Order: sequence, then C-alpha cells, then structure tokens
Amino acid sequence: MAAISREEVAHLARLSRLAVTDKELDTFAGQLDVILQAVARVGEVAAADIPPTSHSVPLTNVLRDDVVIPCLSPQDVLAGAPDPQDGRFRVPRILEEEA
Amino acid sequence: MSTMTVSYEDATARYEPVIGLETHVELGTRTKMFCGCPTEFGAEPNTHVCPVCLGLPGSLPVANRAAIEATIRIGLALNCTIASWCRFARKNYFYPDMPKNFQISQYDEPLCVDGWLDVLIDGQTVRVGIERVHLEEDTGKTLHLGGATGRIHGATESLVDYNRAGIPLVEIVTKPVPGTGARAPQVARAYVTELREVVRSLGVSDVRMEQGSMRCDVNTSLNRPGEPWGTRTETKNVNSLRSVERAVRSEILRQAALLDEGGRIVQETRHFHEDTGDTRPGRSKETATDYRYFPEPDLVPLAPDPAWVATLRAALPESPRARRDRLQAAWGLSDHDMQSVLNAGALALIETTVAAGTTPEAARKWWLGELSRVANETAADLGTLATPSQVAELQKLIDDGKLTDKLARTVLEGVVSGEGSPAEVMAARGLEVVSDTGALGAAVDEAIAANPDVAAKVRDGKVAAAGVIVGAVMKATRGQADAKTVRELVLARLTG
Amino acid sequence: MSELIHKPAAELAALIAAGEVSSVEVTRAHLDRIAAVDQRVHAFLHVDAEGALAAAADVDARRADGAALGPLAGVPVAVKDVLTTKGVPTTCGSKILEGWRPPYDSTIVTRLRAAGLVILGKTNMDEFAMGSSTEYSAFGPTFNPWDLTRIPGGSGGGSAASLVAYEAPLAIGSDTGGSIRQPGAVTGTVGAKPTYGGTSRYGLVAFSSSLDTPGPCARTVLDAALLHAVIAGHDPADSTSIPAPVPPVVAAARQGATGDLSGVRIGVVREFGGEGAEPGVLAAVREGIEALVKLGAEPVEVSCPHFTYALPAYYLIAPSECSSNLARFDGVRYGLRVGDDGTRSLEEVMSLTREAGFGPEVKRRIMIGTYALSAGYYDAYYGQAQKVRTLITRDFTAAFEQVDVLVAPTTPFVAFPIGSRTSDPYQMYLADLFTIPSNLYGGPAVSVPCGLSEGLPVGLQIMAPTMADDRMYRVAAALETVVPAPVPPGL
Repeated sequence: MAAISREEVAHLARLSRLAVTDKELDTFAGQLDVILQAVARVGEVAAADIPPTSHSVPLTNVLRDDVVIPCLSPQDVLAGAPDPQDGRFRVPRILEEEA
Repeated sequence: MSTMTVSYEDATARYEPVIGLETHVELGTRTKMFCGCPTEFGAEPNTHVCPVCLGLPGSLPVANRAAIEATIRIGLALNCTIASWCRFARKNYFYPDMPKNFQISQYDEPLCVDGWLDVLIDGQTVRVGIERVHLEEDTGKTLHLGGATGRIHGATESLVDYNRAGIPLVEIVTKPVPGTGARAPQVARAYVTELREVVRSLGVSDVRMEQGSMRCDVNTSLNRPGEPWGTRTETKNVNSLRSVERAVRSEILRQAALLDEGGRIVQETRHFHEDTGDTRPGRSKETATDYRYFPEPDLVPLAPDPAWVATLRAALPESPRARRDRLQAAWGLSDHDMQSVLNAGALALIETTVAAGTTPEAARKWWLGELSRVANETAADLGTLATPSQVAELQKLIDDGKLTDKLARTVLEGVVSGEGSPAEVMAARGLEVVSDTGALGAAVDEAIAANPDVAAKVRDGKVAAAGVIVGAVMKATRGQADAKTVRELVLARLTG
Repeated sequence: MSELIHKPAAELAALIAAGEVSSVEVTRAHLDRIAAVDQRVHAFLHVDAEGALAAAADVDARRADGAALGPLAGVPVAVKDVLTTKGVPTTCGSKILEGWRPPYDSTIVTRLRAAGLVILGKTNMDEFAMGSSTEYSAFGPTFNPWDLTRIPGGSGGGSAASLVAYEAPLAIGSDTGGSIRQPGAVTGTVGAKPTYGGTSRYGLVAFSSSLDTPGPCARTVLDAALLHAVIAGHDPADSTSIPAPVPPVVAAARQGATGDLSGVRIGVVREFGGEGAEPGVLAAVREGIEALVKLGAEPVEVSCPHFTYALPAYYLIAPSECSSNLARFDGVRYGLRVGDDGTRSLEEVMSLTREAGFGPEVKRRIMIGTYALSAGYYDAYYGQAQKVRTLITRDFTAAFEQVDVLVAPTTPFVAFPIGSRTSDPYQMYLADLFTIPSNLYGGPAVSVPCGLSEGLPVGLQIMAPTMADDRMYRVAAALETVVPAPVPPGL
C-alpha cells in the first residue's frame, strides 16, 4: 500500500507554498512514497519510554543582556527587496482567509 | 445569521456563559526578544531591524534575559508555577508580517503554568484561573493599500514594516471561567483591568491598549444549565477595556439568538467592531490550522533554577490588590470612596501626593475635585494636568497661610495651564495673601490718613467705624490681605 | 603553472611569514589556476578576485609593518556558498537566492578575515546543502577532478573539488549529514566535521539547524586542524555554540604525525562493516585500520545497534527542520519573486516563486518535512526520529566508554558517475549511510584518505566524542604518515 496519495502530496505542496505542476505531482507522489516507506523504518525501534532529543548540546539558559546593538542601514534592509516602496516591502494583495 | 433578537436578561437566564481570555502584552524591554534592535514605538519603517529580526538567511536568535525575567515575574505575580525546564517552539505558517514564516513561540512547554488572579466584582471576589503564561515574538505591521480605511478587505497591495517584528510578547491565557452568569462581561473587563494593573505594577510593560502594547482575545461559549459547555468562538481585535465588556455581551446575545433558533455555534475566529459593538466572522476554516509546532532548534532549553526564581520572587512589588487594601485602610476610606479614587485613576497620584506631605483628605480633595473636573472637561489624562508634588506644594501654601482656598484654585488653574509651580504662579500673578505687617502697616497708615474723620470716630470709641478703614486697606491690597489682620492693625493704631 | 598551488597551507603560511613569497603572489597563483581549470571543474559559483587580492595585499602590508600574523595569514581559502559574505553573492546553490548580496558576514567568514585568510570565492554545492553529489546545484554540477564524468560528492562538492583541483589550499564546508566528509572521501581530501556547537552557525544558511556544522576541508590533516583552530570557538551570536575552549586540534595533529598511536583504542563499528558498501571500499578501509594497528592502536569491535536507523531518522529530522527553515524564501524581503503581475494574490505569488526558485530535491524535502511535522504524523515520524536520535547518542556514549575513537568507511561507494543516482532520490540518500550517526549525536568526525578502489579515492572515517575533536586529528594524522593522500591525475 502506498504511504502517501497523490492528493496528499498536492495538499503538502499547497501547505508548503509550492505551485507544483501536474506532471511534478505524479513524479513526487511516487518518490515521496518510496522515501516515506523507507524512513517509516524508525517505527521498528521500540522507543516508547525514550526521551526525544531536540538538541545535541547539553546547554540551557543561553541568554543575552538587554543591550541595543546597531541596526542595519535602511539601504541594506531594502537592497535585496524584490519590490521596495516607501521604505517598506510591497506585497501583492493578501487573501483574507490568510489573515 | 439569526434575525431574532433576545434581551440580555433573557439570554443569560436561559444560557450560562463560559468565558476565557488570551491577553498579549508587549514587554517594555530595551531590545527585541532575539536580537539587539531597539523596541521604541514610532520609528521610521524598517529602521529598527537587523539580520535576525528581518529573518535573513543564516541569522540566529539569542534570547533576551530581561524578557525571560519579565515573563517569570508576570508568572509569579499571577501565582503560577515556573517551569523548571521548557523550550521555545516554532509555529509554522505563511504570513508576510512574519519574516521567517514561522513565529518563535512556546507550545506545550510554557514558561509559567497554573496560576490565578482574583478580581473584585460588586464587592465579591471572583478567582480567574491562569492556564499559562508564555513568551513569543511579535510580528511586523502591514499597511493595506487600495481598500477602504486601511482594511485588508478590498486592498490591492500591502506594505510591510518589520520594526515591530521580534518585540517580546507575553501571552497570558486564562482557564475557562464558568459560573459568572450575567456578570460575565463585567468579569472579563475586571480581569483585564486587574491584569493590566498587575503588569503595570511590575514595570515590565506600559500596557497601553490604544497603542497595542496590550491586546485581548475573548473566548465565549454558552450552554444550557446542566449541560456541557458549548462551542466557543474567539473574538479578536478587542482593544479597550470597554470593548472587552461589550464584546462578551454582544457574543452572548448573538449566540443566544442563534441557539434559540436551533442553530449551531461554529468554532471560529470573530472580529470585534468598535463602531457597531458587534462581532463578525473572520477567517472561517473548516479544520483548525495545523501549525506544525516543533522545538526551536536554534534556541536551547530554558531551565530557570530555583535560586533565580527565588530572587525574582523576592523582588516582586506589592500586588495592586494588597496596595489598594493598605492605602484604603491608611486613608480611612469607605469602599465607595475608594472606588471613586480608583475610577478616577487617582490612586498613585494621591499616594505620591500624600508621600510629599499632604494629608490624604487634602490630596483626595484636589485630585478628585478640581483636577478631575478639568480632566473630564478636557478629556485629559488626570496625571498629565499636574504632578503630585505640585499639588502638595499648593496645599502647603494654604497651610502656611499664603493662599486662601479660593486663591489656591486660581493658582491651580495657572499650574494646569503650564505657568509653572504653584509658588511661581502665585508670584507671577501676585496672588499671595499680604501678610507682611510692614507693607500692610503702610497701607493702614495711608488709609487712616485718607480718612481723618473716621479715624477720629474710632479714637472716640466708635470701633465699628473701623470697617471703613479696613475696607480701604483691602481695596488698596486688591483683596490679598487678611481682613482680620488688617482690622487688628487699624485698631492697634487708633485705640492702642 | 606555479608550484605554489601544490603546497599545503601550513607551508604557504610559513613562506609568507618568512617573506619568501607574498600573499598576493600566492593568491594570484590560485586565481590563475581557477581561471585555467574551473570551466572544467566548476568548483566555484563566484570568484572574488578583486576582494581576494585586496585582502592579500592587506596581509602583505601588515607583515611589512611587522604586525603579528596568525598561523594561516595570507593563505587563500574557498568558502562554501552556504555562508554569508557581506556584499558578495551568496546563493546556496539556489535560484531563489540568485543575486542576493548579504548585508552581513557569517561568524566563520569574520574569523577567516580576522585571521588574515584570503577568501577566493564561493564554492558550488547541492541546493541548500541537500544532496550528496553537487548535482542538485541550480547552477550546474561540479566535476570530480579524479574523473570529470563523476561526482565530487556533496553537498560540498565545490569545496572538495577546489582542493583536489589545486584551485585552493583550504576550503570551508558545512556538514549536516556528511556534506564535508563524503566529498572529502570521494576526492581523496581531508574533511572534518567539528563537534556540533564547536563552530558557529551564525551566517550559515540553515538547512537543518540541529545538525548543521561548518568545518574545515584541506589536503592534509595538519592543514585541516589549522583551519579548524581558526574558525572554531564560542560565538555568543549562536545560542547552540559551546562556551568552552577549542580542543587542541593542531597539537593533536602534530602528535599524530609522529606516527605513534600506542594506547589509542579504536572501535570498529560492527554494523558498518559490510552491508551496503562496495567491496573495494571495505577492503581499503580494512587496510587503513590495519595500518592504524601497526602504529600501535588497539582495535576493538564495538556494536552500535541503532546506527542502522540513523539514515531513516535523519531523513525525517533534517527535512522537518528544513521545511521550516526554508519557509522564509517567499519573495517578500529578498531573492527571487515570480508571477507578481498585478492580478495574483500574495499566496499565488509566493507559491509560484517557491516553485520556480527551488529545485526538485529541495521541494521533496520540504514536503517530506511538512508531512512529518503534521499533527497526525508527528509522533510516528518526527517524534519517533527524535527518540531514535537519543538511542544513537546512547550507542555512541556506550562505545566511547570502551574506545577512544570509532572508525568506519566514510561512504559506501566511490565517486559515482554523474546522473546515475538522480532518478531515484533514495539511492542518493544512501551515500550518507555512514556519516549521519555523528550528526545525530553531535560529536566530531573526519574523513581522511585511505587508498583507492577502482582507481578512485576511498575515505576512512574517524569519529570522536563530543568536544574531543583533537582525538580524531591525532588518529587521522597518524594514518596520513603511512597512507598518504593519493595524487589526482593532472587536469
């Protein structure tokens, strides 16, 4: 049985903001299925009472003092912007359901 | 949408509301949560940004100690347990005001959990449970163009400013509050009011709802008595204390009307509209958004050790409630009088005035009397009209006999209009009580010389005639002399 | 061709320090070599000749003034295009960042500059460091100088190829699942992954934040150690940076070069002794281990039972983190924007931008990660992988109670022909089979040349405990005394 359907891949692409083509969907569906079946092997390990590791360094409480550091210059901030306008970053209209 | 309307009394007689509040407080740290950019309000767009808060590739966050401590202090002030170990988490969703398209927040391991805050409603205490207090980063600000009045609806494009992105934001979430019945809107308002007092007393935020440094989301559900809690809605955009109360009330009415018709409440986000006082649906999502939270790998866990927490606890200020109780007792006020002080927002002003040497009665008289009147008339903030030290100085001038009550009011007018300290206003306007006997003596002598007939009568024992000479002196000093003193001086010269 | 390009960095530094050659001469020799061969090798995405010569002239001037110079001052270095360089293009091998000039230097680059190293340019890589062959670069593959029809490994194939093509004596890479070591192995160079947290990630464009580790690439073990010492050390701008002194890696490399390994216990990982690897690779590695034993090391067979689950765990953790890390590439603040024709919504423009800006491997990983972090799958995939990570760490901890270092092949196979594994993404993943455990654990590991198989280089991997990076350099340097790095055919 496939681990993932074409529809699920389409959904993942939408969630990931990837406008994949139909042809890509076909390819990805097959490839992701192979990958997911392979990585699902982690489930073979009995690990119910094993704590997860999110960080390999045993550090805690790494904090900085509340001291102001110089900001970027306005030119540097907007230098790479695809569409700067009035010192801000312009974007096309935002769909309301995204708000 | 229901077309039926119900009265609030009917609605709360038939249904029991359960409320919950999520409050965001922007911390007043000098720098942002994860970088050294300043947090000042009102800078030119995108001038308070760096690679970190702009989410530039390769940049990494480092947590601000002051923000962590402020959050722990809020947690302690709300009687929470401070986690001995917790992590930040990424909340993943795409939105242009988030430079990384994820927000660093906390998910299932908040810094503070399980506390409470008591609020007083009509002399009764209602305990509001606190579910959690956690820390996250604020988003940038989006300016919508081409639509009506800056709304996203109808806009054709938007401009993003990331100055606010990364400012530390504390989220305080209550447990559901059942059993408040018809008073639910009042309880919601009283809770937010008290929370604001608590946060303000800690000095960690200016908690100004109108500037957005304190923001509120209100959850409301209704159920019939004896039945399980209903589906809740989340009302956003509630940005004043009054709106908190109105939003709950409006949502109770809306849900009751819908339920009366046999309708179903949808779990949704709604927006409160200040102008109409009602709530309207925001985004409606069939399924809850999956934020794909996972532990933030760029930040190591927080493990506040007990000694650190104990130090922070020991340095907590007196709670607003304890302070109110203490001051009420010290000033000898009735509950009603105390409420007037609180309603006028004059507690701290009176306290400081008293500390400057004024009696509580006099301090209260000025702040709740003349100054509150001006504040109401001009819609000004009481604390901006005069300072406690000015009020204390004014009262001292009265106590020292340099001003009469009537003159003092005139002096206060001058103080409020920015003419200077009470002493300066008094001097500049020449309002001081003339008590210098030398100067007065000269005026008396002149008046006697100008009225030889009357003087003779007085010398002959017609003491009552002295009034004419006293009047002349008062006229000459333009009312600033004390009539009794003048009379004594006149009689001393003519009969002594 | 200048003989300078064949010299190790340590020797170049000594010549520069002694005034026998200028940094500008050394830099020019390497720039000339790049101009001569890089069309065929394609190790570089951007060559900053002007910046390099200016930096070299600066070192020469400071030397003339009698200033104290660092041990690698004046020596050129190539930097993987995953590290930000102020004002110099940084693409991560992706179209989505084409033309982006960062307004800031990464910490690694800051340290290179401060130490007087001369940055030649930015090297090619698999897009966002996702890949094992450099074929997933949006700007075309890098070709292995050993055989220009074969891959140079990945993701840091550009850095490794630049060394073996004599375009640079030193290079910087980043290792998330083997991206320094695996290219090192297949090009016959030395590639070291320091302890996670031992080198700063500030300015390293994130692929998988809990695994990414910048590190040194060189043709000799001592050169790698010298470069390691320059770039390592605590950085307050990286919360995961370890606040401890840098392990004495240079001293360890010099000690190892004496050829004495008596008292060193080397653990041979049983689980990595056969399955999945080419016989020629296994044979070369076996000979390498025998060489170590002859130098006095004591071999101990150790079992790390969870290592076989490292690959699947990694291919859940890394994509999960990458799905979040790469969300920021949306065409709003920097980089590519596609489809903004005035009619489309932001969501559409973002989706078209990411569709056009990312290559297929990046898209696959973003989708796998999005899947693994979803509410319904988190526990079975991401959560379970994090638990397996704990078990792998325990395997390491237990092994290091018995031995000083672990040894294994670096890669299961020698450099494969370009195009032979791209159609089956999972086949590509297998290249990381032996390198991934150290990333999940966080400890250091180095790949050092250990002979040839079918005429192509094989790497021996030496893994050490966290913050014991010096141990692996000692063993690697000792091996180098008896198994010298193979000399590539001329270009």
